[in-house]
Amino acid sequence: MQFMLIMNETEAERSKRDDPATAGAYWGGWTAFVGALQQSGIIINGDGLQPPHTATTLRIRDGKRVVQDGPFADTKEQLGGYFIIEVPDLDAALEWAAKSPAASAGSVEVRPVMPPRSTAPAG
Amino acid sequence: MVGGRTRSTEVAQAASVEAVVVATARNSYGRLVALLAARDGDLAASEDALSEAFAAALQTWPRRGIPTNPDAWLLTTARNRLINTHRHEAVKLRGMDEILRRMDAPSATAAPIPDQRLSLLFVCAHPAIQEDMRTPLMLQTILGLDAAQIASAFLVSPTTMGQRLVRAKAKIKAAGIGFKIPDLDALPGRLDEVLSAIYAAFGTSFDAVAGSDDHNISLADEAIFLARLVVSLLPQEPEAFGLLALMLYVDARKGARWGPEGEFVPLKNQDAKLWERAKIIEAEGLLARASKLNRLGRFQIEAAIQSIHIQAPITGATNWAALRSFHELLLTHRPSIGAFVSYAAVLQAMGQGRAALEVLFSLNTADVSTYQPYWVTLAAAHRGCQEAAAAAIAMERAIGLTENTKVRAFLLGEREGG
Repeated sequence: MQFMLIMNETEAERSKRDDPATAGAYWGGWTAFVGALQQSGIIINGDGLQPPHTATTLRIRDGKRVVQDGPFADTKEQLGGYFIIEVPDLDAALEWAAKSPAASAGSVEVRPVMPPRSTAPAG
Repeated sequence: MVGGRTRSTEVAQAASVEAVVVATARNSYGRLVALLAARDGDLAASEDALSEAFAAALQTWPRRGIPTNPDAWLLTTARNRLINTHRHEAVKLRGMDEILRRMDAPSATAAPIPDQRLSLLFVCAHPAIQEDMRTPLMLQTILGLDAAQIASAFLVSPTTMGQRLVRAKAKIKAAGIGFKIPDLDALPGRLDEVLSAIYAAFGTSFDAVAGSDDHNISLADEAIFLARLVVSLLPQEPEAFGLLALMLYVDARKGARWGPEGEFVPLKNQDAKLWERAKIIEAEGLLARASKLNRLGRFQIEAAIQSIHIQAPITGATNWAALRSFHELLLTHRPSIGAFVSYAAVLQAMGQGRAALEVLFSLNTADVSTYQPYWVTLAAAHRGCQEAAAAAIAMERAIGLTENTKVRAFLLGEREGG
């Protein structure tokens, strides 16, 4: 079964990426986690994302385009990256989520990936 | 102002009633569930009836005062609920009348309820119950923990844990698992299952303390409570003493596990003055009592290993030879992956890195691929053999498998230093 691990980070945690005093430990933790996922052969896909302030959000309302700087919602924790993993069940996905640095410094949302829709013609 | 005072009196009274209900729940939940469910094995119905009784207590006690024997009141109320839901089965509950009469007698305001929690523990850890559900069942039926708390400790979704608990209870009823203490010849084996299930709760908390700053998921106290319960109800079983001693030794060190900055402090660097003396003394006493019963087992050996570690600051040196013997003994009793890895760690610490590597390489790779202590030990053993590249690879894997952010920071520091 495929699950997406959605890594949410606080601003404080994310700022460790660029601070020379903390960057080593920050990236060291993530690199090792990704390495363990790869060694276990369960990783399908995954990426880290640039910080939320680099986001641009678009909506179309009443036929009008509305483009905004910044993320969709200003919340305490923001999407920092994601992984899609192939594991037998949710319990196994949660085990991996717990090992990610985001679990201690933010949160990890674990969601099943929708199976591809059948292409058979509708009744 | 008068109205205000009345309101605050009411609030204070309600708060104290709630405190009594909460205290009663902690002390008596398992006793009451065991007693109610022993009649027909219906744990789910008994727990429902009991939680309705607790809810009724919160409604009634503030108005009418707290009854002299809150347990008896709760038991009566819960039993009445059960009779209402299963009127045709009421006959099964009649035996409880006698118990209640005795408890209600004016001379017996604090009469203890017959303690059937031991049989309930044996039900929860019955071989017919799936192994990974035994601990959750105990935590729920004896201690009254809710599915969400248990789910968090075991890294399972709360809905799933709820469903699994419901299924396990249905199985107990449907399979007719008896609420009784096993016969003497079956007792050691069945007791081992009870003790292992209790230890599983403790291990979870250990990882969870290691894995998070959230204190809600610590189950060490719950596990120690359950082990004390078994020790008090089965005072002739040395393995129960062993388990309690083992957990007390480990728990005694919890204050020394984190440094002033919140950083992780490994055992060998811990300040022994921060260890809790009372727990260590109790553990030593338990181990001594266990050895008099002359039946050695896995938990006594593991407790003895902890005892040797605890002695190190007193004698000024770790007795590695004794540690090695006890680990070898443990492997003859319980050749688990964890036992092999800690044996390898002892060999490595004794300067026998090559022997440690042999032990580690003898293990099945599938069993150790996500077992963090294996990779930590492997890294140390490679380092001991001057194999820096292999050590770095193992260390990277260990860091990636570490749940606790402070332990991760510690290992990252070790890697930089080594």
